[in-house]
Amino acid sequence: MESSIFGIQGTTMAITAALTGVLLVVGALVIAWLIGPRSYTKKKGEPFECGIPTRGDSMAQYHVGYYLFAILFLMFDVETVFLFPWASICKTIATTIGAKALLAVGTFLVILVLGLAYAWKKGALRWK
Amino acid sequence: MFDFGIVTKWLDDLLNSVMPGWLTTTIECVLVAVGLLVAYSLIAMFYIFYERKVCGWIQCRLGPMRVGKWGLLQVFADVIKILQKELITLWNTDKFLFKLAPYLVLIASMLTFACLPWGKGLQVIDMNIGVFFIIAVSSIGVLGILLAGWSSNSKYTLIGAMRSGAQMVSYELSCGISILTMVCLAGTMSITGIVEAQQDGWFIFKGHLPAILAFIIYMIAANAENNRGPFDLPEAEHELTAGYHTEYSGIHFGFFYLAEYLNLFIVSGIATLLFLGGWMPLHIPGWEGFNHVMDYIPSVVWFLGKAFFITLIFFWIRWSFPRVRIDQMLALEWRYLMPIGLVNLVVMAIVVTQKWYFGA
Repeated sequence: MESSIFGIQGTTMAITAALTGVLLVVGALVIAWLIGPRSYTKKKGEPFECGIPTRGDSMAQYHVGYYLFAILFLMFDVETVFLFPWASICKTIATTIGAKALLAVGTFLVILVLGLAYAWKKGALRWK
Repeated sequence: MFDFGIVTKWLDDLLNSVMPGWLTTTIECVLVAVGLLVAYSLIAMFYIFYERKVCGWIQCRLGPMRVGKWGLLQVFADVIKILQKELITLWNTDKFLFKLAPYLVLIASMLTFACLPWGKGLQVIDMNIGVFFIIAVSSIGVLGILLAGWSSNSKYTLIGAMRSGAQMVSYELSCGISILTMVCLAGTMSITGIVEAQQDGWFIFKGHLPAILAFIIYMIAANAENNRGPFDLPEAEHELTAGYHTEYSGIHFGFFYLAEYLNLFIVSGIATLLFLGGWMPLHIPGWEGFNHVMDYIPSVVWFLGKAFFITLIFFWIRWSFPRVRIDQMLALEWRYLMPIGLVNLVVMAIVVTQKWYFGA
């Protein structure tokens, strides 16, 4: 593990940064709670819908197309996880393993592209 | 070039000589937290001011002018005003998720912000998987936005969040692939390593055509990641009021606003880091005198200057192009950027293994 600022481990610093984010939110919320006004009226809690009363529940069903793209995203995002280790040593393995390394990853990419081509042909990439 | 590592090392040794190790670490963590907080707020405020001014100039206006000289204090006035507003929670909202969402969005942007190399030895989180860590934590932001839209119990926010989710996850792929391409060229994932690999030439000059192509893909994808410019359909004000944060009031809304501008700085920073050499000064091989003069400019100035320049391009794009439709947006990503990015990655791998890049 490489050392970050002050020679502290990266993980410790990551936790510090995350806590700083929490602190920023909590701090600003406390200030807002202390100096902000408070009033209670019945109509205030209505969802904004340009002045007309809302009909029905808003946590409703939505277009299935979003789901499809989320699935496609999953496929290609996991692929990135596999490709990163290869990419970081691509420069060095060129001299040791040579073209074989390219071939191995090339096969992996071809399978992926076949997946994309299948989704394309099936019309999954077209917004309906 | 001045190395901030000397300062931090001196402080570390000084503290270690007077107190036990755990106390030193705690004090240093607190120092870093304060530094992050100040830098975070100042950069966000500056960016809001910057955007309003540039937007004004593009539209032949002056932008904010009233508060302070040239409107410099406008953003401070806005922050004070927004803090005084009431925090409204609506009926039937999922209260826990509603309150959780701003935390997630801010934590994601704070973590990525801490990864940026500001100058030599001036980088808070430096892991050996640096760039990968950035991609991983920046995805938490999408979760925050989806939760914000879902828990608000309003139709506008739901549609806004779903559009935003679809857009951000889609363009994250192109972002990831262009980062992958540059990792391939750099041969390391560590941020320090990537910056130092650009000592004798920035990657955009060094990496031939694939690097330039990756830069263009990254710029488009990053613009869409931020829900900005021609890709601002998650908060298209003519259709959806304000998208996923319609129902947030006061400082709750302020958090989303803050994170949005910070994310703009972060994507500019990552573009700077990957393509324009991070805090490395501009060196032209053979021009010794010129290179020495460039070395005198502090690394922080180089980094911020490049980041602000990239941001200027983002502003320019945003205020010049009309909004795209959702089908166009998805088609652009899945049918053009994605396949081009994959081919580009293969080309880059060939360039790297055949040593065709400059300065091999």
